[in-house]
Formats: sequence, structure tokens, C-alpha cells
Amino acid sequence: MSDTTTPEENDTALTRLTRDPISRRRFVVAAGGTTALSALLVACGDDDDGSTTSSGDDSMSTTSTDMGASNDAIAQFGKGDIGILNYALTLEYIEDDFYKDVIASGLFKGDDLALIRKFGQSEAAHVAALTQTVSKLGAKPAPKPKTKFPLDDAQSVLELAATVENLGAAAYLGQAPRIKSDEVLGAALSIHAVEARHAAALNTLVDKSFVPDGAFAKPADAKTVLDSVQPFLVG
Amino acid sequence: MGQHQQTQVAAAQAAAPGLEAVEFEPLSRGALIARGALGAAALYGAVAAGPLVRRAFAQSSGGDIEILNFALTLEYLEAAFYDKALAEVDLSSETKEFAQTILDDENEHVAALAKTIKSLGGKAVAAPMVKFPFSDEAAFLELAQTFEDTGVSAYDGAAPMLESKELLATAGSIVQVEARHAARVRLARNEQPAPNAFDPTLTQAQVLKAVKPFIQA
Repeated sequence: MSDTTTPEENDTALTRLTRDPISRRRFVVAAGGTTALSALLVACGDDDDGSTTSSGDDSMSTTSTDMGASNDAIAQFGKGDIGILNYALTLEYIEDDFYKDVIASGLFKGDDLALIRKFGQSEAAHVAALTQTVSKLGAKPAPKPKTKFPLDDAQSVLELAATVENLGAAAYLGQAPRIKSDEVLGAALSIHAVEARHAAALNTLVDKSFVPDGAFAKPADAKTVLDSVQPFLVG
Repeated sequence: MGQHQQTQVAAAQAAAPGLEAVEFEPLSRGALIARGALGAAALYGAVAAGPLVRRAFAQSSGGDIEILNFALTLEYLEAAFYDKALAEVDLSSETKEFAQTILDDENEHVAALAKTIKSLGGKAVAAPMVKFPFSDEAAFLELAQTFEDTGVSAYDGAAPMLESKELLATAGSIVQVEARHAARVRLARNEQPAPNAFDPTLTQAQVLKAVKPFIQA
């Protein structure tokens, strides 16, 4: 990677900040995005969940799925947009933990480690933004789940990372049409694209197609996603 | 090769990163402003500016059909871009392979968007006449990165304006694929596949001005 000089193992975001002007700028970008996102969301209300996507028979129906029933799994996280934000926060917590564990595992060095750090930093920024947003909306952010991941060797970890990121992208895509607030939707789409970039890069690293669903990405409903991450949750 | 095309090639050879690389003809003030906005969006993350500009866009919006035609124009542009590159540029086998995959995806997006516009009773825009300044693989990849990153920001900026939730689902499905294209191209250039924690969004006006240099007439 051209702009990912590898920091020491025990390096922290803070020490990198003071030393590397590029990282510092990135940090400002992430922090600014977080603050702006939350500021924008102050005004949006939490309303009840009335919308489901419906499958029709028009020319684009191949990409829409009726996920009304399966998305009931999201009710445990709250109503309406709050439920969706807390569901997303839970998934981001899992991703954030995953990358932290992967970095700590010592399985990666050099360019791969730099890429993993970069992805992990973005997941941490998503956690911060979503937490702040839920709070500003007057609701309680979902608790951080306890996680455990099988980190045996570099190849299987990259494959797991690809699986997790593809699932994350599909999860956001599954919720986008159900989001009420334009501001929340805009933010979710922005994060969705980042998860998609992570998924495509990791797929490429493990010799899988960067567009596994073809020209139209497939969404995943909440139940499917939550069932898939269940093996990584402890307690 | 016409004189105009030679100018484009020369510009591409003198390439600096990003849209600056394709500044081969005098630009309108508007295009220069758009270029600045694009750069600013990329640097600072346009999430902050999103809702304000989205509201401005909503006031002048012609509804879902106009948004779909906007997307169709971009997809036509992307499809023509990869088509021309595969036909005219000497690409490595790896690049050729993913460029062909991307071209196939863009063609499917074009077909789906055109069909949907018609099914909604609208008139699909015609494919624009295009011109691209690339002569070699490096110039092609650089421009591909710009197109894909801009495409993601364009869809993310326009999608919340869609009235139909079903069309929103489709736009989301397409933008995810554009983001995947962007990451693949960036990897090929040894660039960060996901440079920002939050992908920036662009307004329709910003996007149209940014791609104007590639559209003739």
C-alpha cells in the first residue's frame, strides 16, 4: 500500500497522530464525520416501524426482497430507526473487536497488517458515530457484545474477515429501505459503501470475486445476519 | 488520431492524480468549482454537507425518473469507458479480467435502469457521446478510480431522494457494486481500497460537472 507505512506493533492511534501528518488528517476526517453525523441526527425523531420492502414484478425486482418478517429480529434493538442504528452498532462492535483481536494475534505484518489496521480504524469510527447518534436521539446505545473469533492462521483469518465484511455490507443494504430519516439513511449508505470496499478488497486477497453477487448486490435480513454472527458471541 | 485526441493523450501522460489529470481543455468556471468541491468532499468527507445539499437538490428534483436518468447517464459513461479501454488499451491479463467483470456489471446496470425508467412511464436518456484521455494501463486505472469513487458518491448522494423504497433498494444494490469496483481498481493501483471511514457523498450537480469533461456535445 502506498500510504500505509507500517507502525510498530505497540503503536497507538494517538502516537501515530503526533508523528504522521497524513494519519492526523485522517483522524480529523473521521472525527469530523462523527461529529457532523451526530449533529445532523439531533433533529430526527424515532418513529414506529411501518415500512417493509416489497417484491414486485417490475424490471428491478430481482434485487428487492420481502424482509418484513425476518426483520422482526431487529425489534430487540429498539423501534424504527433507533432499532436499526443499534443493530448496526452491534455489528460494528463485532467487526471492531474482530480487527483488534486480529491485530493483537500477530498473524499479520507489513502491507496486510496496514490494511487490517486501516479497516479496523474505520470500524472503530463507525462504532463511535453510531453510539453518539443513538445517544443524541435520546435512546440508549446497544451494549458492546463479548466476542471470540477463531484466529488460527493468516489465510483463514482473511477468509473470515471477508465473510464478516460481505455480511456487514449485506446487512446495511437490507436495512437501507427501512430507514425513515433521510439523515440516518445518508449516513447508513455512506458506511455501507465502506463495508463494501472492505469486502471487495478482502475477497480479492483471498482469490474470491470482488463482486460475488454479480451486478446487483444482495441484501441480508436481520435474522440471517444475527444467526451468522452468533458463533462469535460469548455468553 | 485526431488533434483533439492527441491533446487528451498528452494530458493523460502528464497525469497528476485525480480529475486534474484530465484537464485537457479550457474549463468553465462551474466545472472548476465542481472539481474543487469534489476534492474537498474526498478530503473532508461530505457526510457533513450531505443533508443540506440534498434538500437543495430535492427542491429542483423531477422525481424518481430524473434520478434514475441521472444514474443511467453515469452508467452509460462508465460502460463506454471500460468498453473503450478493453478495445484500445494494452492491459495486463489481471486488469483485463477485472475490467471485463466491471464492464459486464455496468452494462447490466444500464439495461436495468433503462428498463425501469420505461416501466415507470418515463423516457430513458440516450447514451452520451464520450471521450476519454487514456493511452496506457496506468492512465486507464487512474481514471477508473476517479469514475468509480465518483459513482459511489453520486449514488449515495442521490439515493435518499428517491420516493420509492423499492428503487432505493435497487440503488443501494448498485452502489454496493460500484463501491466494490472502486476498491478493486484501487487495489490494482496499490492505493487504499477504502480511504475514508465514511464514503463522501456528492450532489447531482457536482457529479454532472465533474464528468462533463468526458461528455461531448
